Amino acid sequence: MAFTSLVRAYQPAFLRLAYTWVRDATAASEVVQQSWLSALESLSTFQAKSSLRTWLFGIVINTARSHVRARKRLVPLSVLLAEEAIDGPTVDPERFFSEGEWLGHWSDWPTPFPSPEDALETERLRALLERAIDDLPPLQRQVMVLFDVEGLSGEETCNILGISSTHQRVLLHRARAKARAWIEQRLSESERP
Amino acid sequence: MSEKPVDLSCQQLVELVDEYLAQSLTLEARQAFDVHLETCPPCSTYLEQMKTVLTLAGALGKARAPGDVEPQLLALFEQWRERSTS
Repeated sequence: MAFTSLVRAYQPAFLRLAYTWVRDATAASEVVQQSWLSALESLSTFQAKSSLRTWLFGIVINTARSHVRARKRLVPLSVLLAEEAIDGPTVDPERFFSEGEWLGHWSDWPTPFPSPEDALETERLRALLERAIDDLPPLQRQVMVLFDVEGLSGEETCNILGISSTHQRVLLHRARAKARAWIEQRLSESERP
Repeated sequence: MSEKPVDLSCQQLVELVDEYLAQSLTLEARQAFDVHLETCPPCSTYLEQMKTVLTLAGALGKARAPGDVEPQLLALFEQWRERSTS
């Protein structure tokens, strides 16, 4: 049945996307079920100008937004952009020399992550990254999930979220830097005696 | 006439990492980035860390669905189909 392969292909991504908005596993599951129904009901309006994946992701995000809005917890996009798509350094300036001959160079060097060739370490890093993404501000999280995790293009990401390409780039840049810093911080804490 | 390569500080380089990985830097900026990397272990580490983050993020997207959700959804589709065809 075509549905089976469709569901198998999209279900994990749908749940992740929905979760990034509703922050609750049960609610995310409800949103995804509702999204599938909406998709079925509006399948006749699907136009090949966007990919099926982009169209379906759009439905999930709209359904999730409605879900959050119904609980009066939806922060307007303009407010999120003002808070999250900001200029300024993405690495703590205190990690660099602020004066002298070495101005702008690392004073506190980053510690290499464990080798990704080691399966156990990779699993540990993967789990840390999941938590790091979960800890990002909502819009940065959305952009990173759509672009880096789901592998959408920049244009698709912009269309689904209703943001400009400049905002998309800034949000992604900040999200990645924050995720890296988050993992680094947790690794250094766990290695402290 | 070649121009002197732009000097990048580490603090400037970390803000260019995404564009470097996306290969969207200008030739001049890319050269400056590469020259800096050759002599700067901490910036090389930073770049490697970022590559790891992106590789792992892509792998997250390929993770399998939780097994118990699929039957529920298929049942839901069956109901929907019965409703819409009756």
